[in-house]
Amino acid sequence: MFSGFMIHAWEVGTIVAIVAGVVGFFVVLRDSAFPAHAIPNGAFAGAAGASLIGVSTLIGLGVFAAAGALAIAALGRRTRNDVATALVLVGILAVGAAFLSQSTSYEPEVFSLLFGQILGVGTNQLLPVAVVGLGSCLIVIALARPLLLSSLTPDIARARGLRTDGLNVVFLLIVAAVTTIAVPVVGTLLMFTLMIGPPAAARGFTKRPSVALSLSALIAVVVLWAAIASAYAMNWPVGFFVGIFSALAYGLSRLWQWRR
Amino acid sequence: MHWLFAPGLLASAPVRQALLLGFLIALTAAVVGVFVVVRGQSFAGHALTDVATTGGAGAALYGLTPLVGFLTGAVAGAGAMELIGRERAQRRDVATGVVLGGATGLSGLFLYLSATTTSSTGVTQRVLFGSLFSVSSAMVPAALLIGALVLVVMAIVARPLLLSSVSPDIATARGLSPLTLGLAFLLVAATTVGLCALAIGSILSTALLIGPAAAALKVTRSLRSAIIVASVLGVAATWAGIVLSYDSYTWRSSHQGLPVSFFVVVLILLTYGLCAWRRARSTRV
Amino acid sequence: MTDTPVLAVSNVTVSFDGRRVLDDVSFAIAPGEFTGLIGSNGVGKTTLLRVILGLQKTSAGTITINGQPRAKAHSAIGYVPQRVSVDPDAPLRARDFVALGLDGHRLGLRRRSEESRAKIERVLAAVGAGSFADTRLGELSGGELQRILIAAALISDPSLLLLDEPLANLDPRSVQEIVALLHRIAQDFQVAILLSAHEMNALLPVMDRIVYLTAGRCASGTTDEVVQSDVLSALYGHHVDVLRLHGRVLVVAEPSDDVDHLPSHATLNLDA
Repeated sequence: MFSGFMIHAWEVGTIVAIVAGVVGFFVVLRDSAFPAHAIPNGAFAGAAGASLIGVSTLIGLGVFAAAGALAIAALGRRTRNDVATALVLVGILAVGAAFLSQSTSYEPEVFSLLFGQILGVGTNQLLPVAVVGLGSCLIVIALARPLLLSSLTPDIARARGLRTDGLNVVFLLIVAAVTTIAVPVVGTLLMFTLMIGPPAAARGFTKRPSVALSLSALIAVVVLWAAIASAYAMNWPVGFFVGIFSALAYGLSRLWQWRR
Repeated sequence: MHWLFAPGLLASAPVRQALLLGFLIALTAAVVGVFVVVRGQSFAGHALTDVATTGGAGAALYGLTPLVGFLTGAVAGAGAMELIGRERAQRRDVATGVVLGGATGLSGLFLYLSATTTSSTGVTQRVLFGSLFSVSSAMVPAALLIGALVLVVMAIVARPLLLSSVSPDIATARGLSPLTLGLAFLLVAATTVGLCALAIGSILSTALLIGPAAAALKVTRSLRSAIIVASVLGVAATWAGIVLSYDSYTWRSSHQGLPVSFFVVVLILLTYGLCAWRRARSTRV
Repeated sequence: MTDTPVLAVSNVTVSFDGRRVLDDVSFAIAPGEFTGLIGSNGVGKTTLLRVILGLQKTSAGTITINGQPRAKAHSAIGYVPQRVSVDPDAPLRARDFVALGLDGHRLGLRRRSEESRAKIERVLAAVGAGSFADTRLGELSGGELQRILIAAALISDPSLLLLDEPLANLDPRSVQEIVALLHRIAQDFQVAILLSAHEMNALLPVMDRIVYLTAGRCASGTTDEVVQSDVLSALYGHHVDVLRLHGRVLVVAEPSDDVDHLPSHATLNLDA
């Protein structure tokens, strides 16, 4: 499993996992599970529409993910139980379903968009994935302390002169960027698991922020490597294994916490 | 009217069946949905739909009827939510998200295996996005019965449930048990989600459950009028969706129609938007 | 006052929906002064604090900090909010949060210098947080969290420490402890303190200045200057009597239909 096309899967997978783990650390900290769920779903519609009009799916993903991020930033409120955002999310999915119903190769496309596939990224996409991925990582790490402060105590952050609204927009756009590169591998429905499970697990093992951040990336990489290897061995979708292994990592972390 | 009602609409048996089924499911969803929104459980409703997907996908793989799969999945999800529900808010959301991830991953596996090992096609879109026209007529009585049962149960528990939702302490003082009522309601909601999944697919069923209810609650305060308005909106959207979907098959020369679920969801979204806009205008002095 | 005031509030007016929440409020705080912003709930204390912090716009008036306009003076004020909700699982220790008080607004992840780390230790010791500095932030008790918030505000060397209702909901003994702590900090770190409260008696021993706020209007000066029957009656627009008994101050009003404006301590005060 380490030759030919699989090399690209490993390369892309590693980059995607590191980025998802790093960005996911802040997603969990900011209680942003909902946008992490909503943005990939928006991307789904974009990819479906792109495929319908014959444009590269990566572009469709990117444009709709970014639009979704900006829309959520504009809506502004705490979205955890908000009916409006849930409805919009479902509405976007319905639009995506409509797009897909119009193309002739319906089922396989729906499938790989939602649950990912191991060959999700071709050779010519390694460079954009690397650039977007590492760029996102660098931005997030540069903003780490302001993000931390504004996530924990927004009032104090604002009193110190931080532009919390601007930070929020940048952060959501980063989530959109990560979505764009991760969806082809993991699928829109399971992307958020990679961004939530490993960081949630990491915080159970340590209380030091820098350690938690590194551990989050590490666990994400292990999860995705295990998922790729398993998907190769069983010929089953990558997304399935990401969901299961993320849950496993989280479960282990909870067990560890319970024992102490 | 010719442009709205394409030829053969009411003569078609699948359409008539869809209208009947759609009516009862939308009605049930509206009634239950009002309580879901009043209890602030929209997120839970959404979570139930994800687990219902797993059930539906599993049923498709093992050749069981979709309804059984959706119901089992949703009810199992309700059980899981009860267990997780004991946690504090932020930890609960993370735990729920992770469990949903596992369930969704399992859905993916089931759907993949259906596509590759069985001879049935289009399973993915049927489970996820629904196909009201191709529900087998054998299932219709079962679905209608279940819907009717849910409505009867809701009629019985409506008042106690409302009291315990709005003020658990007073309810306890009057001898009710908010915990039991809550669990019972979760099961009712799970059953309703299962029905909605049959109509418009598991992933989209949230819209039918909470959309009309939320819209109704924007324009009226009393519970009874909310239920009535929600039912009207839900049934109207469902019927309109059925009609438009049927029509859409005649729109393009390729005879590829747009799914019922698409129209229903979009209509619900528009209705909600309208009601929210009206509400915002009337509260701005 | 001869030095530049740490904080100068000049003719500040804030209106919401046609209602004047703050009406031509003016006062100044000198370096190192311990000031109590006293008033009942709803008179505009929080609004005034938010204006000073730059979180609320004014309809009129200006704020200067160390002589500079408010907008440019972000690091001069250390803010301690009344309530902070923290995820119990958030991966950072109390000391990590205090460190954020130092560099939470800076980009990048440069390792903290020896000097920074010494500062962190000093501030933690000053608030008595030695025993819980390594505990997870979300697992701290209310009192411990309050001390950490103070430490985080203190570490950036502010000219003014601003606390929003730090004494609310505390038992009398904790009130005494916090007041003593703040007094010590004011002296050791030479920082001015402005805190809001709805009861002044616990602060009498340490307050240099009182800003007495009611229905958006204020009177500022020493306690002896301000807490007098004539001054307060003029402020309330209603006759109030000021009694001094056992080293405590009681402000009592005649019962009236105009309940809004009366002080919350208009009935007999039995604080410890």
